[in-house]
Amino acid sequence: MNQARAGTITAEAVEHHAARGFWRTYVFSTDHKMIAKQYLTLGLAWTFVGGLLAAVMRWQLAWPDTAVPGWGEIGPEVYNMLVTMHGTIMVFFVAMPILLGAFGNFLIPLMIGARDMAFPRLNMLSVWTFALASLVLFVSFFVPGGAASAGWTGYPPLSARPAYTGVNWGLNLWILAQALEFAAFLMGGVNYLTTAIILRAPGMTFLRVPMVVWQQITAAALFLLSVGPLIAGAVMLLLDRTIGTSFYAPEVGGDPLLWQHLFWFFGHPEVYVVLLPALGAVLEVLPVFSRKPLFGYRWIVGATIVAGGLSFIVWAHHMFISGMDPRLAMPFSITTILISVPFAYIVFAMIATLWRGSIRFATPMLFALGFLAMFIMGGLTGIFNGSAPSDIYVSRTYFVVAHFHYTLFSAVFFGGFAGFYFWFPKMFGRMLSEPLGKLHFWLTLVFFNVTFFPLHHIGLAGMVRRIANPLQYEALVPYQWINVVSTVGTFCMVATQLVFALNVVWSLVAGRRAPTNPWEANTLEWAGPLAAAALELGPCAPDGLLRSVRVQPAGGPRRLPPAEPGPGASPIGGARYVDLCGSARDPRYAGGESRGVVVPRVGDHDVRRPYRELHCLPPRQ
Amino acid sequence: MFGGLIASYIVFRLGSSGWHEASAHVSVALGAVNTLILLTSSLTVVQAFAAAERENAPALRLFLGLTIFGGLGFLGIKAIEYTTEIRAGFTPGAGIFWSFYYTMTGLHALHVLAGIVLNAILFLAARVRTPRRVELAGLYWHFVDVVWIFLFPLLYLS
Repeated sequence: MNQARAGTITAEAVEHHAARGFWRTYVFSTDHKMIAKQYLTLGLAWTFVGGLLAAVMRWQLAWPDTAVPGWGEIGPEVYNMLVTMHGTIMVFFVAMPILLGAFGNFLIPLMIGARDMAFPRLNMLSVWTFALASLVLFVSFFVPGGAASAGWTGYPPLSARPAYTGVNWGLNLWILAQALEFAAFLMGGVNYLTTAIILRAPGMTFLRVPMVVWQQITAAALFLLSVGPLIAGAVMLLLDRTIGTSFYAPEVGGDPLLWQHLFWFFGHPEVYVVLLPALGAVLEVLPVFSRKPLFGYRWIVGATIVAGGLSFIVWAHHMFISGMDPRLAMPFSITTILISVPFAYIVFAMIATLWRGSIRFATPMLFALGFLAMFIMGGLTGIFNGSAPSDIYVSRTYFVVAHFHYTLFSAVFFGGFAGFYFWFPKMFGRMLSEPLGKLHFWLTLVFFNVTFFPLHHIGLAGMVRRIANPLQYEALVPYQWINVVSTVGTFCMVATQLVFALNVVWSLVAGRRAPTNPWEANTLEWAGPLAAAALELGPCAPDGLLRSVRVQPAGGPRRLPPAEPGPGASPIGGARYVDLCGSARDPRYAGGESRGVVVPRVGDHDVRRPYRELHCLPPRQ
Repeated sequence: MFGGLIASYIVFRLGSSGWHEASAHVSVALGAVNTLILLTSSLTVVQAFAAAERENAPALRLFLGLTIFGGLGFLGIKAIEYTTEIRAGFTPGAGIFWSFYYTMTGLHALHVLAGIVLNAILFLAARVRTPRRVELAGLYWHFVDVVWIFLFPLLYLS
């Protein structure tokens, strides 16, 4: 295999730091890779909790008011708690730590050629603040009255007075956990942006950084800009609940709608905070397994930024039936439909990347394609939700539930798993089992659709969200079979994740050792030597060694010829690694260290090549 | 966060009547004195930075001390205001104006407190460390100051 040769290209510049103790290595670590794993571990643990809540919830919907095995009967109050905590956990404690916390921390420094994050200690504070938030949220299950039950959106007046839900401390702790979680990701976001701005390797210009880094920093910027108003809203909510202020109490001049505006001003950018990193992972996976450069790199960057900007002026599409000024419906419909333009571009760029590629159906690719297919589905139903006339009909029904599970679930699960399977060898030094991975993918894909596709139908039939017992409504009784199908799908999907868990555990213990560049990718993180063994990722980060990209072979983005043996040949057949930045020619950086980045001298570089040839861009037609 | 609060405040201010009557009960005089104190403390924190750059430890301590003193004075006057207002029956639950008043000034006071702690740490460090630290603490202090510049007209002069 030519993977061995890839290793020889890699510069041998491993620094040997003095070994640190157990606590500094695994627990209070400032190493971005260990922090990424800590985020990943916490996120996966929460996935288990969130999935469990979903399963119990689905049981109640399929067979209302029967005892759930191992849980007992569920009343409406407990059902409200399940809905609330499922949403909160999945968005804030699963999607964000895994997609942003784990992937962002792991990939950004490796991919831009930095040793670590700009503020490593702040990074450690971030993950521990998140751990504290997790603890607070977990504890809230066990306080008197149970956990929060005012919906994951926490709308007042329901959330503004403890008497309305019967939950006092649960909801206060919920607010506190959210605030801590936001603080954690604010620290993370500052770190991501600073790192990507000032720690790029020499020559790694902004239009040369890998796509996932662009998506991560756009997400971080969106989060930084949008979260302030929500924190203000959360402070007001907490004060309303505790010291009796009246921000959301209409009887003394407050306005419950204020919360909805503040929440969704954050909430819509938040959707993209979750989506973009997953999109970025998919955008990294697709070219590698199509053996083709990413189509339209610069336009995707532009589309991402445009979508991010637009996401700040669409929030009221969540509020068409909230009682806000109806004249606002049209402008917000227009901006909402407008936002589908950049995303449609990105989807078409993904498809164009696949076009005439030599596609390899490895597990990461399968999940990336699954994301693409499911996300298109979700995008199409988004048009119905985005335009006010149709949204007024489907608002707060299971149609909306189906829509956002097709978008967010596809992002978090399919996009997340695409990234996880793709970067697992880099993270843990072992390969995951391909047969198990493929089984995991196909079962997840099938049961995902069994679970969520019927929900479109029952939503249009009139079943609204957050009702604990659909059989109480005569009109819904004929559609009860849909709930049963969806619930069976959920259980099968949860069971399918056991395949994944088995795969991870087995591979960590006995998986095949990963070669340096198992997928024959061409981004920077694969250029460095691999971590020798699982969890052996101390502070000596031999990363960011080679800023290398693939040069297009003559003839444009056609199928690449088979690899030719010979010096300088890259793992990608026919293409070559080049020194992207030309640093070896630059006297300031020649052969030395600069800004903490090792700049190796690698043969076969020609800095005078036009930029677009150096980059992963197809030549102009 | 303050942006969100101020935006919400403006929306309510535009949409509600009877705002003048409620805001007439705060003490403009005490608020103005506090504004003066806070602005002066911004001056002293700049002086402290200048002293740190000159590596003049006694001057640094003097100006940091004055800044801390200014911050404490601000909080003291704020406490007097709170006490008189609550004695007069204007608690946070007395209406939407008072909700905003206590939330905004209370959060601001917490930030002032954090700034005092920050400056106290530098003060107790006893020797001139890198001027960068004094500069950053000073930037934070200016931020606290700027927030107050917005709060004062919004809450006292509306």
